[in-house]
Amino acid sequence: MSILRKLITAVKGGATEVGEAIVDSQAIRILDQEIRNSEASLVKAKQELTNIMAQKMGVKRKVDDLNTKIDEHMNYARQALAKNDEGLAGEIAQKIAEFQNDLDPQTALLDSYVASVKQLKETIRKTENSLNTMKREVAIVKSTESVQKAQAALASRTSGSNSSMLNASESIKRIKERQTHNADRMNAALEMEKEASGDDLAAKMEAAGIIGGKSSGADILSQLKTESK
Amino acid sequence: MSNKLNLDGLTTAFVEASSEEGLQYSAELLAGEVPVLQVSIADREEFPVYITIDDSQALCVSYLWTEDDVKPECRQQLLDDLLVMNLPMPLSAFSKIGSRYVIFGALSTSSSIQDVISEVEILSDNTLEVFETIDEYLQESVTN
Repeated sequence: MSILRKLITAVKGGATEVGEAIVDSQAIRILDQEIRNSEASLVKAKQELTNIMAQKMGVKRKVDDLNTKIDEHMNYARQALAKNDEGLAGEIAQKIAEFQNDLDPQTALLDSYVASVKQLKETIRKTENSLNTMKREVAIVKSTESVQKAQAALASRTSGSNSSMLNASESIKRIKERQTHNADRMNAALEMEKEASGDDLAAKMEAAGIIGGKSSGADILSQLKTESK
Repeated sequence: MSNKLNLDGLTTAFVEASSEEGLQYSAELLAGEVPVLQVSIADREEFPVYITIDDSQALCVSYLWTEDDVKPECRQQLLDDLLVMNLPMPLSAFSKIGSRYVIFGALSTSSSIQDVISEVEILSDNTLEVFETIDEYLQESVTN
């Protein structure tokens, strides 16, 4: 089962009651255990890698040593042949063959160590990645669980411990009413300010023709017409 | 001292902050295995934003409605609309915790406190916006 699928299972779909655990604590315990197991196997894999790398270095030293000896003895053999000492050259060649016979299995061993190191490094990288993913996802589940608890606590605080929280539509309606109420209050405040500053009285007197209103194009036109008569 | 986000710093910041739009916050830090910061916004107290911080991210979550709030015949259309809205909606995304629908935003733990405040503000605006959008799919009242 993928980690995500496990998490979906861990977060129960059916928990609707306030205060009811949203996360299956057993499932989380299992995931936590899996994380610990992964961490343990990661430590083991790293130790194994260290061992294999140490062994690889030992074998590499042997291979280098044998190659050096073979080169040296090839030189000796050439020198012996140059001195026409066939017997000595034959003995040296025999020695070289022994070195070569030692070298072949060591080279094969070295190759297998190199392959193992590469494979182990890849395994460690993959394990580390999936471990991080797993830790991150479990952290999110735990966070959402805490958020759920906080929300349930708020719900029971605002609406009594035994009743469920306000229905969503009712909540949003309440917010809208409050916003309308605030807008009304602001308009009323503006109105009062206008009255207080006398704007309203001036407007009333103007409407009653007691004080002059603002000039309009029509007023000016009718004034011009009166003058030209 | 690292400059990573922490809930104590955020609590103080929200108490002191008053956004340009004039939103007033109150913040309460709730202790627990994973501590949660509950941020309430004046006049929108019904929909507080919950913030948690773990090693990899800061999560801001606001609860929307429950499965019970949804008119059964509209559920499919609601889910479809939410999925479509997910992309164009600024900074927030939808999810479900148990039977509760939530809207959330996730931030890097190296975000600034101002980033988190903006996130909460946008999340709260998005919450109201979403209700406006899907209003017709919700029950008028719930019979428990």
